[in-house]
Amino acid sequence: MTTVRKNQATLSADEKRAFVNAVLELKRTGIYDRYVNAHNWFLMNDDDFEDRIGHRGPSFLPWHRRFLLDFESALQRIDKNVSLPYWDWTQDRTPNSSLWASDFMGGTRRGRDGQVLDGPFGAQNGKWVLTVGVLTVGVDRRSYLRRGLGSGTPQLPTRADVDSVLAMPVYDMAPWNSSSNGFRNHLEGWRGINLHNRVHVWVGGQMTSAASPNDPVFWLHHAFIDKLWAEWQAKNPKSGYLPATRTAHVVDLNSVLSPWNNVTPADMLDHHRFYTFDTEAGGQQRY
Amino acid sequence: MNMITRRQALGLGSGVAAAIGLAACSSKPSSAPAAGASGAPGAAGPSGAPVALPTGTIDETYQGHRIQITVGTGGHHGVGMPVVKIDGNELHIMRNADNSWVTVVNHYETFPDPISAARAAVRELQGADLVPFTPKEAKL
Repeated sequence: MTTVRKNQATLSADEKRAFVNAVLELKRTGIYDRYVNAHNWFLMNDDDFEDRIGHRGPSFLPWHRRFLLDFESALQRIDKNVSLPYWDWTQDRTPNSSLWASDFMGGTRRGRDGQVLDGPFGAQNGKWVLTVGVLTVGVDRRSYLRRGLGSGTPQLPTRADVDSVLAMPVYDMAPWNSSSNGFRNHLEGWRGINLHNRVHVWVGGQMTSAASPNDPVFWLHHAFIDKLWAEWQAKNPKSGYLPATRTAHVVDLNSVLSPWNNVTPADMLDHHRFYTFDTEAGGQQRY
Repeated sequence: MNMITRRQALGLGSGVAAAIGLAACSSKPSSAPAAGASGAPGAAGPSGAPVALPTGTIDETYQGHRIQITVGTGGHHGVGMPVVKIDGNELHIMRNADNSWVTVVNHYETFPDPISAARAAVRELQGADLVPFTPKEAKL
């Protein structure tokens, strides 16, 4: 059965419950925190002047595609019917969105410091603890999920912002870092209109930190970033992943991605091998 | 499994900086740090401007929390990088290609200089202690 990734706004109550329960089960068993730590490790080590793998370089997109596939597989070992929903923040762009309701991500109710006070990931539910004693998967000692939802930056990107980035015909270019011109860096957000980075800042709380997967909305945000990569590919069929050949400090088309070391950006280019999006005509029947 | 970073493997870990750079100011702030924010000597002035020491370091109190920046002795991202501490705990900081800065607390937005990045971290932390940036596990 092919996985279909759906817009979170269209999920049924049962689908939301299944996703939440699978995430909570990964958290309970400690598997979830491996993803938080891995992300934190890569984000802190990815460097404009040295090696960069998960961020601020061309492999930002294939690295996260593999990261999400890994996580989605872990969810499906809990519940085979679960897939990663995506959050189209060009449409669902306010703190009043059903995304933040207490039956899904929670956070409609928040404390003065941003503490999420409702929903399955709020501290009151007792199942989403970021710090136990001196052990933490965060960057500070606060043990509870926090969000700002617009306090860090007022506006989420618009569809016009997205379209302006999808219109960029070149995937990436030298110096292959946060100062590059091209699609990847404008999507990642270090330059120009800023899509991906801005959403992390808009959500706020743990999402602004290197340990951003501590907020489960991380996966929904990145599932949409992943979808935008697929949309760009469809709009720019003659444009491929770059660099195609060995280049210092970055992962070229055919070099392996850490930490898996058995997968290359080339292996990640066609998402249809792994899943389809609910917006793709006939996509559900493709394989 | 514990893993070390490339920089630690190269001997560029922050321990060196902690040992040689901050011996004179390694104590935790007093239990009443808010006094510094209200204009005590050595704190930020009313404008919030940092007090730059002759050595090029910064030691200021911002919103009741101590920010110390030493330059040139090491740091997570290599020799010559600033070492930033908030209330005595090191704040991971990194320079971008355009000479702006990010920290582990605000890793998706850039700041024009280390002190701006450190102040943003203080605002975000709201008094919470940073944890050491010990890499835990990069495997999945």
